[in-house]
Amino acid sequence: MDWLKAVKCVGAAVVLVLNTGCVSTLSDIKPWVKPYERSHLADPIMSQSRNPVASAYTKHVFEAREGARGADGGAGGGCGCN
Amino acid sequence: MAATNRLWLLAVTLLLAGKAEAAVLPQDRADAMYHSYSGDGVSIDGPSILLRKKAGNNWSFSANYYVDAISGASIDVRATASPYKEERTETTVGVDYVQDKTLLNLSYTNSSENDFEANSFHVGISQDFFGDLTTLSLSYSRGEDEVGKTGDASFAEQAQRQKFGFGLTQVMTKNLIVGVNAENVADEGYLNNPYRSIRYLDPDSQKGFSFTTEVYPNTRVSNAFSVNANYYLPYRASIYGDMRYYSDTWGIEAFNAKLGYIHTFGAHWIVDVHLRHYQQDKADFYQDLFRRAQEFNFMARDKELSTYAGVSAGAAVSYEWQFGQDKLVQKSSVNLEYDFLNFDYDDFRDVTDDAPVGEEALFGFSAHVVRLYVSVWY
Repeated sequence: MDWLKAVKCVGAAVVLVLNTGCVSTLSDIKPWVKPYERSHLADPIMSQSRNPVASAYTKHVFEAREGARGADGGAGGGCGCN
Repeated sequence: MAATNRLWLLAVTLLLAGKAEAAVLPQDRADAMYHSYSGDGVSIDGPSILLRKKAGNNWSFSANYYVDAISGASIDVRATASPYKEERTETTVGVDYVQDKTLLNLSYTNSSENDFEANSFHVGISQDFFGDLTTLSLSYSRGEDEVGKTGDASFAEQAQRQKFGFGLTQVMTKNLIVGVNAENVADEGYLNNPYRSIRYLDPDSQKGFSFTTEVYPNTRVSNAFSVNANYYLPYRASIYGDMRYYSDTWGIEAFNAKLGYIHTFGAHWIVDVHLRHYQQDKADFYQDLFRRAQEFNFMARDKELSTYAGVSAGAAVSYEWQFGQDKLVQKSSVNLEYDFLNFDYDDFRDVTDDAPVGEEALFGFSAHVVRLYVSVWY
């Protein structure tokens, strides 16, 4: 019954990890960049969609000339300042 | 398991962490652009107009009108047909709705040519959390194409396209934003270009080869994964970059990477320089020269399905005016962008070259891409 032993070991390890630091460490994580520290992030030169018309066109040019497609747009936002 | 739990707990923690400000609607703006592409004997130019306006605190509406006026003859056309002219018109209308930290987006696009009609809708949702340091985005698009053929009124084919997108943007420090994206695209139906042909050996032809219509599979599923980052430098400038890996069920595998630098001069000038590299391996059913017309079930000679690499380098200059938040027009800018593109093909030959069959020079071309536009924020 090696597999049962292995499952028990893994289970014990999980419980141990969850009870010793992992949960408390995770719950201790707080947003580390405060709203008043986001002036650089809010600058348009940090935006992926600073010029939507030009970026959409450029994306269209590459899509027409290349076989690959997709996953070429940023998720946007991230700092409440877009 | 522990790693899985940690990831799950991290996800839950991120979801529940901290109260923060609401998501933000896109700014009210108008853009008018002239675009131009010239390369490989083809010229494409036209306007693009974008209008975006908020209504109340929760809604934002947008409309985009775009035209491609195409003339000339690419290498495919030079090999098999005569130069041509055509026009493609694209219209998009969209609405954004924001509620607390959630931004919903819905848009509809119609693209129309004399021999091609495409309609698609897009729905997206993005959620800010963890003190607005993290944005999760999900999107779904569905499109229907109607494919025709000039000079053949009986030709009528259809294709359906679906896209699922996932994106996560994370503020890492007060100077660094990192994003990851994944997108799955599934096409079904008539996926050929009805004008494009394969080349096959033909001893009865004077040149030693002839052309016949391509045959593609009627499904294609692709997955793309990308990462991107923007970093604010100690002065008002930034560097940015992205990388993408792509693969699909046709056997194409591709990779591209881009690196850019944005520099500002005083309060008015913004200059952007960037370099991009692209490379891909061919589709399983691509060949430059087939041995006979019906050699395989699927056959393609579209150079965009071949093995090749491309590099592009560009620069953009913007001049901005700030008029103040209380003014009717708060800000405006004039922008000029230029990119030089170069593509070199590893297994696509120039059939206009006077050489024995299959020994023609490998094809390559350069293109010039220009965008000139005015933007107004109000």
